[in-house]
Amino acid sequence: MSDPILSVHNLVGGYGKMTILNGTTFAVPSATITTIIGPNGAGKSTVFKAIFGLLKLREGKISFAGRDVTNLSQRALLNAGICYVPQGRNIFPELSVRHNIELGGVAADKGLDLPKRIEAALDLFPALRRKSAQQASTLSGGEQKQLEIARSLLLEPKLVLVDEPSIGLSPLMVQQTFDILKSLRDRGVTILMIEQNARSALEISDIGIVLELGQTRMVDDARRILNDPRIGQLFLGGAMEESAA
Amino acid sequence: MSGFAKPLKIALGLAVIAALIIVPMNFNRYGLFILSQWAVMSIAAMGLNLTLGYAGQVSLAQGAFVGIGAYAAAIMTTHGWPLPAAILVAIVLSFAIGWVLGYPALRVQHHYLAFVTLAFSTLAFLLFRNESWLTGGIYGISNIPRPHIFGIATNKPLPFYYVCLGSLAIVSLAVWWLIRSPWGRAFMALRENPLRAQSLGIDTRRYTLMAFAIGSALGGVAGALYAPLTQYIDPVPFNLSLSLDLLLMVIVGGAGFYFGPFLGAMIAVLLPEWLRFAEGYYLMLYAVAVMLLLIWSPTGILGILDRYLAERRTKAASALRAVAKSRLETVQ
Repeated sequence: MSDPILSVHNLVGGYGKMTILNGTTFAVPSATITTIIGPNGAGKSTVFKAIFGLLKLREGKISFAGRDVTNLSQRALLNAGICYVPQGRNIFPELSVRHNIELGGVAADKGLDLPKRIEAALDLFPALRRKSAQQASTLSGGEQKQLEIARSLLLEPKLVLVDEPSIGLSPLMVQQTFDILKSLRDRGVTILMIEQNARSALEISDIGIVLELGQTRMVDDARRILNDPRIGQLFLGGAMEESAA
Repeated sequence: MSGFAKPLKIALGLAVIAALIIVPMNFNRYGLFILSQWAVMSIAAMGLNLTLGYAGQVSLAQGAFVGIGAYAAAIMTTHGWPLPAAILVAIVLSFAIGWVLGYPALRVQHHYLAFVTLAFSTLAFLLFRNESWLTGGIYGISNIPRPHIFGIATNKPLPFYYVCLGSLAIVSLAVWWLIRSPWGRAFMALRENPLRAQSLGIDTRRYTLMAFAIGSALGGVAGALYAPLTQYIDPVPFNLSLSLDLLLMVIVGGAGFYFGPFLGAMIAVLLPEWLRFAEGYYLMLYAVAVMLLLIWSPTGILGILDRYLAERRTKAASALRAVAKSRLETVQ
């Protein structure tokens, strides 16, 4: 496995007086898909918020590509190469497809050739190019997901944080979305994902991380986690234990 | 509005501009006053449209900023300063105060924010009324001069109407540029979903403050033109009802539509005049017309057009899908 591109060490933080992250520690190897699983309240989304500077940490350190990025602004993180795709539909429905993609470049440092990047993003998704003048709300669910990803590629990120990409999508669209994530990984982009649909996510992942009560319980090969009867019983439904047996 | 062909849009735009320049040449003094007021209120409503329509921040303080601009212009021009300098001061002052007023929006939203801005509006009115050493109190400020532009006196109604129209043109171009710039997109992203906006690196805090500051600055510009238009100001025109009127203009025209404030100001300023044939009932008729319009189209006048164009697009897309489906069945 390659060197870690992202390391989080002993993160402590939460909302108000409530502590959600209790010393979360893990590393994400470069050019992999890493999936974080865990029960509700484990702190999965909170870890993402901490990495993307949306949650002020009380303790801990986040390193990205050898650089300390703890509590940096979102703009600085985007320019460093970290991109965050929050849960749910993340398009701006009233804006056109092209305007949605343009928004991906709001944080771009001056001197970046944004029009060229936008054209390159549209080249990757021909369906979006055809509908670039249409309102984003008129796209199908799968196309909307493509739009989110096209937008996130505008700053050529090295790490994409994806929170629950399959939420609200049909099984076919989930498959399409996972295929896009795999193709990004194959192009050298690191994907760190949270997914309730843990089994499907682990099937396409290289690494699995199990979080519980804000602490890292396990970091291992995704296949091994998928076949671990204890994990299966806890997070993937009893059937996993049966299939492992 | 994307359903119209571009040449048609340009032709329509040029025709409207030509009409606004030529037709008022035959207007009487009162007609020119009403039309100048429409231009001034359009500027103030464009500011509120930026704050509310594009950035999604509710404000009931726009009338107060018109007052701040009006008093700045009245005080300065009656002390010998030229109007452009007064407009500049009105912009800076309203921008700075608008920025500060934006801070509550970082903590509260929607109707809570409306009440914070309402309180500010009341505070501004009390300052205009009570600080008579500066504002003239209830007696106001009179004999506000109209400017000389390029050596031409604008004392008469027609030249001053052109000053208002020219200012509206400049502000319209600036706002057109702004909403098409990354700033405008960022405002819209902020309105649609702050977390999504933040995930794209948009500094939601800065843009919220900017939305208030820029919108307020345009209120200040409108006020700086209002003072020489009426040539007399007192606190009454800048009370809460002006803020509510401006809100009505934005909502009725269509919040978040570029042309919404122009239409909204037309409805709020001109419609009551057109309804004067109903004599004593004209304001009742006006109220009923506004209620019916908002029941029929809560997204305002331009919302009706937008809905029509969206339906047309949906029909066209359905027709294309039907053709594609029949072709597919033929192949199979």
